[in-house]
Amino acid sequence: MLNIGGLNEGIVMDHIQAGGAMDIYHYLNLEKLDCSVAIIKNAKSSKMGRKDIIKIDQIIDIDFNMLAVLEPHMTINYIRDGIRVEKKHVTLPEHIYGIIKCKNPRCITSIEQELPHRFKLTNPEKGLYRCEYCEQSFKKPHNK
Amino acid sequence: MKHLISPQDLSLTELDQLLTLADDISNNPKKYSECCHGKKLATLFYEPSTRTRLSFEAAMLNMGGSVLGFSSADSSSAAKGESVADTIRVVSGYADICAMRHPKEGAPYVASMHASIPVINAGDGGHNHPTQTLTDLLTIKSLKGHLDNLTIGCCGDLKFGRTVHSLINAMVQFPNVKFVFISPEELRIPTYLREETLDANHVEYKEVRVLEDVMPELDILYMTRVQKERFFNEEDYIRLKDSFILDNTKMKLAKDDMLVLHPLPRVNEISTEVDADPRAVYFKQAQYGVYVRMALIMTLLGIKQPEE
Repeated sequence: MLNIGGLNEGIVMDHIQAGGAMDIYHYLNLEKLDCSVAIIKNAKSSKMGRKDIIKIDQIIDIDFNMLAVLEPHMTINYIRDGIRVEKKHVTLPEHIYGIIKCKNPRCITSIEQELPHRFKLTNPEKGLYRCEYCEQSFKKPHNK
Repeated sequence: MKHLISPQDLSLTELDQLLTLADDISNNPKKYSECCHGKKLATLFYEPSTRTRLSFEAAMLNMGGSVLGFSSADSSSAAKGESVADTIRVVSGYADICAMRHPKEGAPYVASMHASIPVINAGDGGHNHPTQTLTDLLTIKSLKGHLDNLTIGCCGDLKFGRTVHSLINAMVQFPNVKFVFISPEELRIPTYLREETLDANHVEYKEVRVLEDVMPELDILYMTRVQKERFFNEEDYIRLKDSFILDNTKMKLAKDDMLVLHPLPRVNEISTEVDADPRAVYFKQAQYGVYVRMALIMTLLGIKQPEE
């Protein structure tokens, strides 16, 4: 059961795999927000064993689906007046721009820094993305 | 604007039309000798290549067109730090079509996004080399008469060998094509090709370590060079480069109508004694490379087939 403890209006990002919250924090540039942001690491979970949670004390307009490549099981809970009014599951988008980076040292993005990193979903069943330039598959930054 | 960046950019119908045109060019080269008069091909080669660049240039010159370009990054603005996008924007004003080779994978794709002329990928790192694939397909179709019902052996560096990867991607489209992969353990075809291309298309294949065992069952033997530039470590290169050398003893085990293909350049993976064997068609293959590039340039420029 999600504990929204004290959050009156904001977003709770739940079911982040244990150890993954800081990646999400950095990808979303949450350090730039003026509101409170809480990270809960290694919370007990009946489904996942351990999980991470991020609570943001403000409703922000972000396409959370862009994060599905990192956290396919993440849920987004919108809280208003202390009550959860909406719960969303992330879905894998066809294309991802500017969220993840190609690590292939032979890719053109390795020498042309201005190029946006672009990935396309090539295997929806496995959640597999490939770089649109070199077709290298994307590997998640930590073990999941 | 149509480009050729990956072998998959061509539909089966487009591929068939291209190979039919190339076949006609090979039979009547004079008919096409002026069809690109007044057109310019830019060859943007950021890394050295002899045969691919000369093959493109010969193709354009054979059709009465002209060529301009550079043959290494040192002699281009890349040495000053110019991006691929900027280079192609400028070259779009100088030429009608361009062929690009680049050591970084995806560079021709970047060029195609910013070009106002057709871009042909002439090889991008270990990634794609679609005109080599077209050359291979034309060779097989011309000399075998068909692209289906074939058992194709691929031998050598199957891990880094982009020509093999592209050939597999192209051949899985045809019915009843089987593959036999002959390589050392370290140079096996990548898992993603096995899973996403071969298994996904229900293509029959097997992997072996000894060439002699499978020679009698092959219709095509596609030999590859173990390329030094694809290795990060020289020790690995030296240890593996002499694996799987084709000689006359092994050729005796093959069918009478088996064909030996090689994208060239050869180092020592095919003994020179094999060159005299009529089944060794790798030099004919290089000639087909010119014809298929002529057909491709004509197609991308929208030039109609000349009257007889």
